[in-house]
Amino acid sequence: MRDRVWIVGGLAVFAVALTAPFWCAHLGTKNLARMPNLALPANQTQCVAPVEYMRASHMVLLLRWREEVVRLGQRRYVAFNGKVYDKSLTQTCLDCHNKEQFCDRCHSYAGVSGPYCWNCHNQPQTHVAGTSLPPMQPEAAAPHLAFTSPSRFPAQAPHPQSLSFPRSMP
Amino acid sequence: MKKITRKDFLRLTGLSFLAAGAIETTRAVTGSAPSANASPAAQSSQPVRWGMVVDLQKCQKEKNCDICIRACNSAHNVPQFDDPKHQVKWVWTQPFETVFPFTQSSYAGQSDAQAPVVLMCNHCASPPCVHVCPTQATWKRDDGIVMMDWHRCIGCRYCMAACPYGSRSFNWFDPRPAIAHINPDFPTRTKGVVEKCNFCEERLAQGLSPACVEVCPQKALVFGNLADPNSEPRQLLRQRFAIQREPELGTGPSVYYLV
Repeated sequence: MRDRVWIVGGLAVFAVALTAPFWCAHLGTKNLARMPNLALPANQTQCVAPVEYMRASHMVLLLRWREEVVRLGQRRYVAFNGKVYDKSLTQTCLDCHNKEQFCDRCHSYAGVSGPYCWNCHNQPQTHVAGTSLPPMQPEAAAPHLAFTSPSRFPAQAPHPQSLSFPRSMP
Repeated sequence: MKKITRKDFLRLTGLSFLAAGAIETTRAVTGSAPSANASPAAQSSQPVRWGMVVDLQKCQKEKNCDICIRACNSAHNVPQFDDPKHQVKWVWTQPFETVFPFTQSSYAGQSDAQAPVVLMCNHCASPPCVHVCPTQATWKRDDGIVMMDWHRCIGCRYCMAACPYGSRSFNWFDPRPAIAHINPDFPTRTKGVVEKCNFCEERLAQGLSPACVEVCPQKALVFGNLADPNSEPRQLLRQRFAIQREPELGTGPSVYYLV
């Protein structure tokens, strides 16, 4: 029984050490990781959903958009305030948000290792430098055929009378 | 209450099955069966089945023309690998004799044997790739487009084995370094997924025709709704003799070639 003081003391030290992160967080804010400095969009004040929802559930929204666009062909999103958006990561989300200054900063702060969106989806106006592989430069051979964007194709189809696109396609 | 005999029970059972069968038959005949996954396009009065007609005479007028291929590659960020084993193809050409091996006669048409035929996914009516895909990453839309969901593709390549036309390519490497100019409006693919022609469904959604059709200087590619008897492809198919790639396989290709 003479060891009681050592045992109890040791247990107390262990308990304090175990809960140290919580004590530190409550006692002093200087030990906290600095909150991420998010670059908010300059051109818009309202996202496609309220801030609280986007902060907590943007991944749910993105997954739903993905299913609806790819599998159901529904591309228009009517927001809570009635505004209509194109369901597009590159063209809608990144039109306002900057990946490095918005997505990445918060993901890195929260320790959420990057989702693999960017393995395929592009950032607007970002070009990955080509390597030594043969460059495919359509504009070099035919300057009028430089396709960087589908919207750069002439709007009028060559056979408008025959195409008859169904009106209900979004 | 009268006790039901074994005979009565069997009679009743048989009648119930008959009644259930009759309801199903009536539904099938009148076509009023509710479809669970009907898209807006299918719900509209006019059915849609996208298809293409390739006029080989017009196509081969200009030797070594590859404008449609380059337009497709640029629009869809198709990577260019040198090694034929690693090639990724959406629209490509092959010599006539390899595309239509059974339309050759002994001596006739020797000049045409090597003529390039423009090829792409046939968007089959009964696509073998769809039947084998274990994740439903590829499926047939109601408008006939055999679509791919690259998010779901696990890279098993069953579809490549199933496709009799070689329309599918696998990304053995990260494709981004092999794309000269990335079109930011269309995603690239990533290493380990299969890709193929999507009939420019992203352009159809905007009311545009496919990129290859749009740029063809000879207007050799004609795109339209095969379900509409008055569409331009259907008119061409009425007027001229057309062949499909290996129709005997029963896949029902939506791409026709005027010879």
